[in-house]
Amino acid sequence: MSRQAPAVLDAGQRHPVRFTLNGRKAGGEAEPRMLLHDFLRHVLGATGTHVGCEHGICGACTVQIDGAPARACLTLAVQADGAEIRTVEGLALAPDRLSALQEAFRAHHGLQCGFCTPGILMSLDALLRERPDCGEAEIRETLSGHLCRCTGYTPIVKAALAAAEALRVPHHA
Amino acid sequence: MKPARFAYQRAATTEHVLEALHRSGGEARVIAGGQSLVPMLNMRLARPALLVDIMHVAALSHVDDDGARLIIGAGVRQRDLEMRHDTAARQPLLAMALPWLGHVQTRSRGTVCGSIAHADPSAELPLVLTALRGEVHLRSRRRARRLPAEAFFTGMMVTARAEDELIEAVSVPAVRPGTGYAFREISRRHGDFAIAAFAAVADEKELRLAIGGVAETPKARVLPTDQGLDDALDTFAWNLEARDDLHASARYRRELVRRIGREVVLAAIRDREARALKEAT
Repeated sequence: MSRQAPAVLDAGQRHPVRFTLNGRKAGGEAEPRMLLHDFLRHVLGATGTHVGCEHGICGACTVQIDGAPARACLTLAVQADGAEIRTVEGLALAPDRLSALQEAFRAHHGLQCGFCTPGILMSLDALLRERPDCGEAEIRETLSGHLCRCTGYTPIVKAALAAAEALRVPHHA
Repeated sequence: MKPARFAYQRAATTEHVLEALHRSGGEARVIAGGQSLVPMLNMRLARPALLVDIMHVAALSHVDDDGARLIIGAGVRQRDLEMRHDTAARQPLLAMALPWLGHVQTRSRGTVCGSIAHADPSAELPLVLTALRGEVHLRSRRRARRLPAEAFFTGMMVTARAEDELIEAVSVPAVRPGTGYAFREISRRHGDFAIAAFAAVADEKELRLAIGGVAETPKARVLPTDQGLDDALDTFAWNLEARDDLHASARYRRELVRRIGREVVLAAIRDREARALKEAT
């Protein structure tokens, strides 16, 4: 490790940012103050990640950073340099084939307007991977980090439980 | 909401961080997980000229355990501490409180020391640090010093940290035989900041209750275990000088101190008895 102080990225200048997005290399330029969701949407054109409150409350912008669900609005693009980022665009198995979680949301009316959905999917996807045997209590605790104003959460919980079940039975997944 | 402009430096060593803080003349801020600082930047309540990112400083990312104390480095994320298999065995109160911090989506990035630096009066970690008589380890190019929690938190989101100081770590005493712990938080929804939060430590010498979310900083009192408990809680409730806000009235908060405070100290005493039984077998 170099003893020399690392470079200061000047304010107001754009700097290269590179990371892995949904398994592929991605990169662009960002000012230090650019938030990760703006970098995803405006620089990379990945508009699946939605932007709500921009101070970490609503959960709409939730993505996975190095495997863990996190707020894109509370992360600077420059902080994400070198990280593994996963967004809602990375969930479907193919353009015409939804993941088990997405399929369950469709089947159980887990979304209406769809604004909060990408963030919720990214949190639940991480939960189901980490805890395949999770029950309603863990699902509700994970959902406490998201606001949905359409469904009232009950269909979302049902969808998550159905997806957990489907993923435990391999032929559904 | 977008932050105002700032420069950014990804530090590789603690010396880089201290040098940047020293040179900036108070215009630099440390960024770790960013879960408290970035909302402040987005709302432009903070407008630093330089952010020094400490998450790539390997020396700051450890949890050290010297047998007597758990020392949590500035780069340790809340979720990592929560998921460590030995956290509950080494310091039960910490393990009890961690699931109450924000949400899993913020704990995944937020650090323990970051929450201490932010010093929100209703945040859980400042409360736990106060209850346990923990210490904040500060370092600058000029000096290294340790401050007890109660000396570190000086006001609402105000601390004794000088502008050129880095919170290098926080430390808490490890679990001691014959000690019981309890934690409880009252809020409208899980993950909200606390209307009032309680952390109690009961050992053979004393019964200590700390309360967050009511006064401008977490406050701790040693309480009697006999008939004087209710009176002591009532005095504590009034001494906290609770205020009305959007979430609850001052009167409601005082009542929480009396009733929930009592339940939490009794829970800590029961926990002590349960642990003593386990130690005996």
